[in-house]
Amino acid sequence: MSDLIQASSRDIDGPLLVLKDVTTHFKTPRGLVRAVDGVSFTLDRGKALGIVGESGSGKTILSRSIMGLLPPRGTVRGGSITFEGREIGNLGRKEMRSVWGKEMAMIFQDPMTSLNPVMKIGRQIAEPLQIHLGMTKQNAWATAERLLQDVRIPEAKRRLEQYPHEMSGGMRQRVMIAIALACGPTALFADEPTTALDVTVQAQILDLLGEQRRDRNMSLVLVTHDLGVVAGHTDEIAVMYGGKLVEKATTKGLFANMKMPYTEALLNSIPRLEDRSHTRLSAIAGRPPDLVNPPKGCRFAPRCPYAQPKCQNEEPPLVPTAEDPNHLYACWYPVGSPENTEIKVRIAASKSEFAAAAGGN
Amino acid sequence: MAGTGKAHLRDSPDVLLRIEDLVVEFPVGRTGLKVNAVSGISLDVLRGETLGLVGESGCGKSTTGRAIMQLPRPTSGSVVFEGSELTRLTGDEMREARTRMQMIFQDPISSLNPRRKVRQIVMEPLNIWKRGTDAERSQKVDSILEEVGIDPTRAAESQPHQFSGGQCQRISIARSLVLDPSLIICDEPVSALDVSVQAQVLNLLEDLKAEYGLTLIFIAHDLAVVKNISDRVAVMYLGKICEVAPSDVLYENPAHHYTSVLLNSIPVPDPEVAVTKTAIEGEPPSPVLPPPGCRFNPRCPAAQDICRTEEPQLRAVGDGHFVACHFPTVTPVELSTR
Repeated sequence: MSDLIQASSRDIDGPLLVLKDVTTHFKTPRGLVRAVDGVSFTLDRGKALGIVGESGSGKTILSRSIMGLLPPRGTVRGGSITFEGREIGNLGRKEMRSVWGKEMAMIFQDPMTSLNPVMKIGRQIAEPLQIHLGMTKQNAWATAERLLQDVRIPEAKRRLEQYPHEMSGGMRQRVMIAIALACGPTALFADEPTTALDVTVQAQILDLLGEQRRDRNMSLVLVTHDLGVVAGHTDEIAVMYGGKLVEKATTKGLFANMKMPYTEALLNSIPRLEDRSHTRLSAIAGRPPDLVNPPKGCRFAPRCPYAQPKCQNEEPPLVPTAEDPNHLYACWYPVGSPENTEIKVRIAASKSEFAAAAGGN
Repeated sequence: MAGTGKAHLRDSPDVLLRIEDLVVEFPVGRTGLKVNAVSGISLDVLRGETLGLVGESGCGKSTTGRAIMQLPRPTSGSVVFEGSELTRLTGDEMREARTRMQMIFQDPISSLNPRRKVRQIVMEPLNIWKRGTDAERSQKVDSILEEVGIDPTRAAESQPHQFSGGQCQRISIARSLVLDPSLIICDEPVSALDVSVQAQVLNLLEDLKAEYGLTLIFIAHDLAVVKNISDRVAVMYLGKICEVAPSDVLYENPAHHYTSVLLNSIPVPDPEVAVTKTAIEGEPPSPVLPPPGCRFNPRCPAAQDICRTEEPQLRAVGDGHFVACHFPTVTPVELSTR
């Protein structure tokens, strides 16, 4: 695949993306919304990172903060974002234009509305090539055809002349991926890329993203609420809750040894095929916190089954596990620790007491 | 008759809904062509049962749900609900029948009137049908709102946009329950929700079903969700039924190649097993010109010549397990009862 436009392989050492204490707050009539509140992590070249959390956890705002795609008014930003050694956290829209496309690209959840309905597919792919890479129109269209083949769209030549409404949702998402890949970005952000799609198409799109990442030596950031989606398609996972990073580890490390009760709860709420039908699902009670007035201690404490008085008052720091310095978590009573086991035993005991009392009636 | 057969229909006094040879077609502009959305399917649902309808976009699962409600009326076929033939009812009679069968839609926010207070939205069906006195209506609405986990006081002063997606879906469920229906058709009720909220709503549906003695038709594309909530599952593809089985049987022992494809597409939340093989290439063909023979044959790994010419009929491969395939992965059994 020598004719691919490869991610620019500049020989800069160190990680591709470094976030230090990134905050993104929005001024609203209700007060300051702390959508992203002090997130730090690094992303290496060619790696796939999953950012996981519920609606309102800040995962989308975090990825948009990195991309510089935030509303200009009422946004208060803090911390530092370095991409290939260059600070991009404070760049304006104009300056970001040189970063978009060639350095970073993004695909969105809704393939129906992210394409221009009155522009031919071919022009939508060719345009960034002409603008960012200075290709001639003829070259750009030829490249566009090859990109459509790369994302496995049959009859690419004919499709170039079509409009978005002539394609299915899965096809449109493939076109979005082709546009995002067009200028050979070093990092691709995919925000819930498969949530609007059927399971069969979801599997195809995830495989396609993984394959393109390997072929192009590109980093991938996969933002989703579904731990099932990231399990097979990422190297690392960052779990967000209430605007904070609450756990980060390699994908294998995370699934083998979850520390944060929130991560465990997210995993347990997925219906499993191997369970018999009508198996009671373990839902997470309550709702994500109000980010204008977040809880004082741990933000997950009000919904956490293991919460203790300390959790309500003191915010747990992000610390590494004993076994793996790269596995970070923020919890006073992490899953698997003796303290947590003790709480679990106590909960089980009070439950059986309750059941006994109820049975006696 | 190009139907996919009726071997799976049950002869029981408990049948609440029975659909036979349901066909729904939509004209394509003035071309004279038509979209074959649903092509002669038959199904039945027993009282208190949950029937899951699964398949990809465009397989006709939502159209089937709407055709049961006569929204719009099907092109042909019969829909018998609580003993009455819905396709022959007049408009007024049908309106009355719809109080016994309700629907919940995919997008909880757009299915609620944004300009009205939530409590009014839930009250509306009672006002329209003039059920009970004002006090009785209020009491009923409040108790149902409590039941689905929405604070009635807040509902009285808030509009839908002040609630989250999961809460809006709870409100839709409350609205569907106020008239005490016997059947609720849920059209992708959880696919717009987060996994954590999805679990809450699924648990809620199970609780309400038990409490109100409801019968559910649960339409979704996610097999794991459908398995969790259903007693019986029908897999649809391009307007036809591929397979019908009790849900545990379907998952342990899928007989149709398409069912296996759907099962293999579900992402497994475990990195040790999650090395996905792309289960299937491409997307379903157009329902305007469906392929002859078995409609799945162009994408089927096991397709033979007969699959391209002759349409398979549903036949038994086990107890309550039926498949429409010439080469099922489970050996068919001879049914002595029919």
